[in-house]
Amino acid sequence: MNPAPLQLAAHGIPLAWYLLLSAALFSLGVIGFLIKRNVITVFMSIELMLNAVNLTFVTFAHQWHAVKGQIFVFFVMMVAAAEAAVGLAIIIAIFRARATLAVDRIDLMKL
Amino acid sequence: MNASLHLWLIPLLPFAGFLLNGILGRRLPKALVSAIALLAPLASFAVVLSAVLASSSGLALPYTESCPIGWIHAGTLNIDFSFVFDQLSLVMLLVVTGVGFLIHIYSVGYMAHEDGYWRFFAYLNLFLFFMTVLVLAGNALLMFVGWEGVGLASYLLIGFYFQKNSAADAGKKAFIVNRIGDFGFLIGIFLLLATFGTLTFSEISAKLLAAPAWQGGILTVIALCLLLGATGKSAQLPLYVWLPDAMEGPTPVSALIHAATMVTAGVYMIARTHVLFDRSPFALGVVAIVGAATALFAATIGLVQNDIKRVLAYSTISQLGYMFLGCGVAAYSAAIFHLMTHAFFKALLFLAAGSVIHALGGEQDLRRMGGLRKKIPVTFWTMTAAVFAIAGFFPFAGFFSKDAILYAAFLQGAGGKVFWFVGLVTALLTSFYMFRLWYLTFLGESRNHEAHPHESPWSMLGPLVILAILSVGGGWIGIERFAAFLAPSTGEIPTAGGSASLEIGLSALAVLVALAGWWIADRLYRKQPETPAQWAAAMPHGYKLLLNKYFVDEIYGFTIVKPLLAFSKFLLGWVVDVAILGGAAWLLGGIAQFAAAILQRWQSGNLRSYAAWLALGAAAVLLFLLLPATLGLHASGMGR
Repeated sequence: MNPAPLQLAAHGIPLAWYLLLSAALFSLGVIGFLIKRNVITVFMSIELMLNAVNLTFVTFAHQWHAVKGQIFVFFVMMVAAAEAAVGLAIIIAIFRARATLAVDRIDLMKL
Repeated sequence: MNASLHLWLIPLLPFAGFLLNGILGRRLPKALVSAIALLAPLASFAVVLSAVLASSSGLALPYTESCPIGWIHAGTLNIDFSFVFDQLSLVMLLVVTGVGFLIHIYSVGYMAHEDGYWRFFAYLNLFLFFMTVLVLAGNALLMFVGWEGVGLASYLLIGFYFQKNSAADAGKKAFIVNRIGDFGFLIGIFLLLATFGTLTFSEISAKLLAAPAWQGGILTVIALCLLLGATGKSAQLPLYVWLPDAMEGPTPVSALIHAATMVTAGVYMIARTHVLFDRSPFALGVVAIVGAATALFAATIGLVQNDIKRVLAYSTISQLGYMFLGCGVAAYSAAIFHLMTHAFFKALLFLAAGSVIHALGGEQDLRRMGGLRKKIPVTFWTMTAAVFAIAGFFPFAGFFSKDAILYAAFLQGAGGKVFWFVGLVTALLTSFYMFRLWYLTFLGESRNHEAHPHESPWSMLGPLVILAILSVGGGWIGIERFAAFLAPSTGEIPTAGGSASLEIGLSALAVLVALAGWWIADRLYRKQPETPAQWAAAMPHGYKLLLNKYFVDEIYGFTIVKPLLAFSKFLLGWVVDVAILGGAAWLLGGIAQFAAAILQRWQSGNLRSYAAWLALGAAAVLLFLLLPATLGLHASGMGR
């Protein structure tokens, strides 16, 4: 099976560039998640990872002229919004109980 | 088609009594408990009577009743809950439910002031349930259920006063010794199944009847296994040791279970499976030897015991020996006849002894009795009837049945003469120790000045009187009529070589022997009461040997119990249990703990560490998926 030609892309920018940008954003998200102590930064890192994936979805959807990928992005955004609401509520609850936002100090799996 | 006899009611009524009293008895008033406990055996007895009436008005025996729902169906094996009503089970049922009911009445008076009144009657009803199952059983397996069940009831009732260590121990001893016998019975059942492919008694008889030349061999083995079971339940040599200790139970229990009914189960079982024994002269000979040896052996121990119930216990073992002797000379109807009369007079003896004990406020030692004749006249007169019956005086019940056995033994050739002689000596000893008990209890001067003897209530005396009438007249039916009645069940052919004059001569001799026993007891315990002590002093070793029951318990303890205990403790307890099983458990546990100690570091609770592991895992999965694909792409690229 021959792979489809990869050089086609939107606005004259090659496909690989989109993918490299997406991978870079995702890696930043992972690194941020792993090294940051502030729970809000960690939370933002998660959003970054989600959006990196969204970028990949949109890229391939455009590449293959398939609408599925774009629909998937809507779902991811929905979930991200819901997650943001729940996650921020949890963070506030933790802060009220512990008076801290450092994830290393929240290690008891309970409030 | 015959109308149904509803045989299933006979065991289930006492069982209902057991359930009611066992579950609710604690909360019920005493009068209600007694009413339930008495109604159950009475109703059962009534069903038996109606069955007897039906059979006398033309119902064909044996009559079989099976539960429509089967029990065990596996391949060609079919075992049903089937009850058989024939002449043999008729006699047994009358004895079990009739005497059982009388003893229930007696117990109401005897146990009136005991704790656990409801518990006692629940157990007693449970016993009747299992005993009637045993008697009615149409196959060996159902009989075994009853067999084990009466053992359980016996255990529960011996250990009724469970706060007393000796009673609890006696219960355990009875159960364990019986297990040895049950093992034999069980092996016998397996062999029956392997040999005949069925456990139904009638089918086994039919198969044997179809093969008239079949003798010995496997039949001997089966018969000996069944005999082992019978020696356990019926307290014969070498498994009799539990019965004397079983006297720790309340006296009505001794009367019902350990004299009149349960201990005769072995005799009944041999009579029920007599077709097997008939085909094995060797097994029959063993039965006769066991019976004769036990009869003599137990009678000699009974001579010197000082506990009134223990004298009776050894007497029971000895009389059961007579029944085995009867079975052993193929005189099954004589054995069952003796079983019946023995149930009357031995139940009476125990109940009267219970009345004596009751009168003296719990005293069981013959040396602290005496002079009770005037104080408790009804007990005295009823017990006298029983003593005369067991000693074998004409025309009391024991005379007819004991004579029938001795006569049957006498006709069995040279070996039979030996058995007859042993039986005669035993009759002498029996007469002696019974009159010894009689003199020591009722005659002479009172040797117990603290007690204030009082006659028992009529709930106790009523059964005594009825049993006394039966002990006097129970044998008048005569062995000929009895044997003719039982013949369809026991299939006996009258032995050749007998004659009326011989029978009368032997009977006269037996009565003379009984008189001699009385005379000796009279000399020793009335005229010269100091002689027994002198004799004992003159023969210290012999006396000690008898007083300590030939040290059989000690010998068993030393040769069997101790090695077994040591084996269990050291090999099974320490090596197998502690070292192997315990060690294996410790090892497995240790491995799990060690692994857990390492793995638990993962569960740090630190969010970032979890995330790192997650990322690492994702990276590993990616590598695992992509690396071969990349290599494959490369390889296909090379190929292109």
